[in-house]
Amino acid sequence: MKLRTFVWREIFERKSQLATSFAAILLGISVIVAIKNITYYSEKAVARELDALGANILILPKSASLQDYYGADMQDAEFPEEYVTRLAMSDLQGLDNLSPKLSVPVETGGHRFTLTGILPTNEFQAKAAWQGAGIFSRPQNCGTVTVPGAIAEPPKETLVRKRVVTTLGDNEALVGAEVGAAMAIREGDTLTLLGKAFSVTAVLPATGTVDDSRVFAHLHTVQRLAGKGAVLNAVEILGCCDQISKGLVEKINTLLPEARVVTITQIVDTQIKTNKMMARLSRLFLAIIALVGGASIANYMYSNVFERRREIGTLMALGAGSGVVLKMFLLKALLLGFAGGVGGYALGTAIAVVFGPRIAGVLVLPMPVLALWAVGVAVAIALVSSYFPARQAARLDPATALQEL
Amino acid sequence: MKSVSKTYAHRGRMVKALDNVTLEIERGDYVSIVGPSGSGKSTFLLTFGGMLSPASGTVCVDGQSLYELSPEKRATLRREKIGFVFQTFNLVPYLTALENVQIPLFLARLGDAEQKRRAAALLERMGLGDRLDHKPSELSVGQQQRVALARMLANDPPVILADEPTGNLDPETSEAILGFLQELNDEGRTLVMVTHDMNAAGKAKRTLRLVDGTIADGPNAASQLVASMKGDA
Repeated sequence: MKLRTFVWREIFERKSQLATSFAAILLGISVIVAIKNITYYSEKAVARELDALGANILILPKSASLQDYYGADMQDAEFPEEYVTRLAMSDLQGLDNLSPKLSVPVETGGHRFTLTGILPTNEFQAKAAWQGAGIFSRPQNCGTVTVPGAIAEPPKETLVRKRVVTTLGDNEALVGAEVGAAMAIREGDTLTLLGKAFSVTAVLPATGTVDDSRVFAHLHTVQRLAGKGAVLNAVEILGCCDQISKGLVEKINTLLPEARVVTITQIVDTQIKTNKMMARLSRLFLAIIALVGGASIANYMYSNVFERRREIGTLMALGAGSGVVLKMFLLKALLLGFAGGVGGYALGTAIAVVFGPRIAGVLVLPMPVLALWAVGVAVAIALVSSYFPARQAARLDPATALQEL
Repeated sequence: MKSVSKTYAHRGRMVKALDNVTLEIERGDYVSIVGPSGSGKSTFLLTFGGMLSPASGTVCVDGQSLYELSPEKRATLRREKIGFVFQTFNLVPYLTALENVQIPLFLARLGDAEQKRRAAALLERMGLGDRLDHKPSELSVGQQQRVALARMLANDPPVILADEPTGNLDPETSEAILGFLQELNDEGRTLVMVTHDMNAAGKAKRTLRLVDGTIADGPNAASQLVASMKGDA
């Protein structure tokens, strides 16, 4: 026989008395697990949607003014392209996409518009891989989960949404919707700008922004045609919202003290508010379960110790030290907490998966990491609330416990 | 036991359970303690067994002063040297007969197989070889007391303290239990038995009478008790 035999037998002998405490811890943990699980997927969905809105951080020369977020690169001030390397090689988390830009005014066929040089991501990746580090060694898409069934983006048109393209040749150009319509340009046509012929690889969908009146070409081609060298007007960044809320903008400011870093505060504020509300809700429930579950377990344990006075006294008469008695009650608490944690995780996950889509409108999947959290919290609550009853049992006067003597 | 006193506060009144008791019990002795209810018998047995510290005086077992030991060491001494027999047996209700007997062996940290082997042998000796897996509620009163005796013997204690061991038994079972206790004494174990049963007390080598916390020794102790009980009535 081992200590656990004692504990198991006693639990099964008096399981009906234990049921209330088990139910308290089980329901409490399951509610928190369900909230955490739904919150996680809800936050990810919100972050994914906010990230999908487009670039949300803009790096401009210090002297630049910010009149319109999407037209902020239309100014003469410039800064070195080396800033991009600094960002790409930094250990900053949450830089999902970088889009360095140089814009120059052009006129062709009687139409005035803007030629914007952009750098495709394959060149960043080559650079980062060559230097052995950088942002592309980190997860893309802000680490958000991919919803099964999501449709893949068409490669070139991601510029509209993501502000970045994967590949762009020296003589390739992407044409904004307005320019395309005004000049009757279609995919595959040739367009001559600043004396160079470009092949139009895509006419972008309308966005309602200044991008519609732009033509995009490779950054280095535009730099060469404009005779400006390795300079930029702006770097657009798609920063992960959760990282922005954790101070990404301040970190970029530290990295590039000579530049001006701005962000769309409303987007960040929304994310921060959502995160804070969910965190507060989880903490509130945790406090409730700790109090209610803990009180229920402590109450049960005290009455269990009282009921078993004679048994404890007998064990002491037979030579059990206070350590054995203490361990006996704490092991029981441990088993109760473990069972409550595992059960709470299972029930909470089931609630989240079944009701999550109805409550939050997002697909919710099980999160195995919450099992560890659930068991840890349940065991901690059970042990803490059982400690004093267990200590009382261990300190029980064996003579009082054996009242018949 | 030397100059042992113990006083209780009971409903605001001080009750002297043991009053300056000095007593020596030799190895291999068989002593019965008799006395009216409230005379201090229980306190005597608990104090002697290392379960209730006296207000003053010393209690020594095998030359070791019990109450100078730490509670943990006193528990170890109880486990190794003292076996308790209780009036209501105090079997753990949710354990089988075999597991109940295993308790002292488990507390002595013996391996599971050895625990089972020794517990089964003890129950065989008690005539309960076919009741190993029975819980106390599935056993008769006499069988329960025999399980309790087997449990008491598990660690082979040289000293046995019995509290009314026949108090809850029919005459036939009482005789069997008393015969068994006699056997244990014949093996050289020291036996101290608290009892109301004059027949049981008569089996001991000597009988002590405990009245109002003081002890009286001698051949007339039992008859004095009978007289005092009649007087009470």
